[in-house]
Amino acid sequence: MKYVIAIIQPHKLDEVMGALEKAEIPLMTVSNVLGRGRQKGVTEVYRGAKEAGSLLKKVKLEIAVNEEFLDRAIDAVTKSARTGEVGDGKIFVLDLYDVMRIRTGERGSSAIG
Amino acid sequence: MNTGDTAWVLVSTVLVFAMTIPGLAFFYGGLVRRKNVLSILMQCFIIMCVISLQWVLFGYSLSFGPDTGQGIIGSLKWAGLNYVGGQPNADYAATIPHSVFMIFQCMFAVITPALMIGAFAERMKFSAFLVFTILWATFVYDPLAHWVWGTGGWMRNLGGLDFAGGIVVHASSGISALVLCVLLGKRLGYRKTPFRPHNLPFTVLGGALLWFGWFGFNAGSALAANDLAANAFVTTHIATAAAGLTWALIEWQQHGKPTILGTVTGAVAGLVAITPACGFVNPMNAIFIGIIVAFVCYLAVAVIKAKLGYDDALDAFGVHGVGGIWGTIAVGLFAEKAVNSAGANGLFFGGSQLWPQLIMAVAAPLFAGVMTFIIYKLVDAVMCARVKEKDETIGLDLTQQSEAAYTVIE
Repeated sequence: MKYVIAIIQPHKLDEVMGALEKAEIPLMTVSNVLGRGRQKGVTEVYRGAKEAGSLLKKVKLEIAVNEEFLDRAIDAVTKSARTGEVGDGKIFVLDLYDVMRIRTGERGSSAIG
Repeated sequence: MNTGDTAWVLVSTVLVFAMTIPGLAFFYGGLVRRKNVLSILMQCFIIMCVISLQWVLFGYSLSFGPDTGQGIIGSLKWAGLNYVGGQPNADYAATIPHSVFMIFQCMFAVITPALMIGAFAERMKFSAFLVFTILWATFVYDPLAHWVWGTGGWMRNLGGLDFAGGIVVHASSGISALVLCVLLGKRLGYRKTPFRPHNLPFTVLGGALLWFGWFGFNAGSALAANDLAANAFVTTHIATAAAGLTWALIEWQQHGKPTILGTVTGAVAGLVAITPACGFVNPMNAIFIGIIVAFVCYLAVAVIKAKLGYDDALDAFGVHGVGGIWGTIAVGLFAEKAVNSAGANGLFFGGSQLWPQLIMAVAAPLFAGVMTFIIYKLVDAVMCARVKEKDETIGLDLTQQSEAAYTVIE
């Protein structure tokens, strides 16, 4: 089992969700996050005063998948989230030790979906 | 007595009320960081409570009561609203009840100290703020209102013109704001970490309410529903529109994008500048007053403040002080008797009104600045005006009010 964390552009969320749904991966947790990469954020101007280096708004998706779904998931996110511009985001893949479904007490692969 | 006049001034009173709360409260509230928004709302709200009481108990009498002889201050004859009832007072407004004039003026006394909140935002102790505000209203606002508007006041006798409070309200609070923010010192981390407005929609809402309420502030100052009120209404609107647009264009040129914060700030600067002039100038000259104020206030806020490094947190001085002084001088340039026969002719109309205006524009800020210095030092010595470093870091909402504006988890 793998835990996929994708940081994407907020305006790409709908497309990414659609692509994952097509890949039969409808399950995810989504949150609003702030961050910055190599471009070091944006500059904002308030009454003529520049505020540099502020963090950018991003959306974080967290998806738990079984091995056979991993490539499909990564593929779906990469293709749908890419604009080709700086700031498209990143995907992190982690080993997932265990999963528990709170309602039934199931554990492992069968509890994932 | 005239029922139309009375109705209009009562409505204007409500409009000016709405300028402080919720107008100014949200204008300023949106500009601070989220940990301090309630402190701003609280300061605006409590000023409404405290200064209204100060006003009826003795403030009104000090401002508008019978002169004590030197043109400096009113006597306490009208304290507790003695002699202030349903009968008109012909010296101030012959066609409306005296008590209506009094309560209309009350709203001006309330908003003036509230304007200063913008300078000391995010770092002043609530108790010290409260004591300072009461002392400032009594020893700065009340005398100034008497000088300019009170019967026997020395600036009024000099022929100085201030239709709705460019000097009394804006220049005085603006200069005091500058003195305060210098004495109080910069906010922790100022110009080292980013200070972003936490809710610009609040600021836009508040700014729009200020524009809305300002029609009462300026046109209501005619104290009658007449042609003068109409002129003040029109010039107020036009100068504001010109200033808002001009500020946006300046930003567009300077930074490549016009901002909503800049546009609203420009509009407020326009409102400030036209305040002393609205009943003396014609609408076309109001456009010039609006355009010029956008330039001078932009200069003060974006260039001079950055160069000198003082922390006028929300630009109370940059907008109200600078705009109020410009508006007062503008009266001396653009005023014409064709608009208001009780007014005077400015420089551009062959008159000599510029001199009394310049005297006012120097003397009033000087007085307000010196008095603010004394009052602040007094308050600071007795109760320490600034919050502790730790409290400032945590935020004034939690440390001064024990409340939080926004919950993270339901």
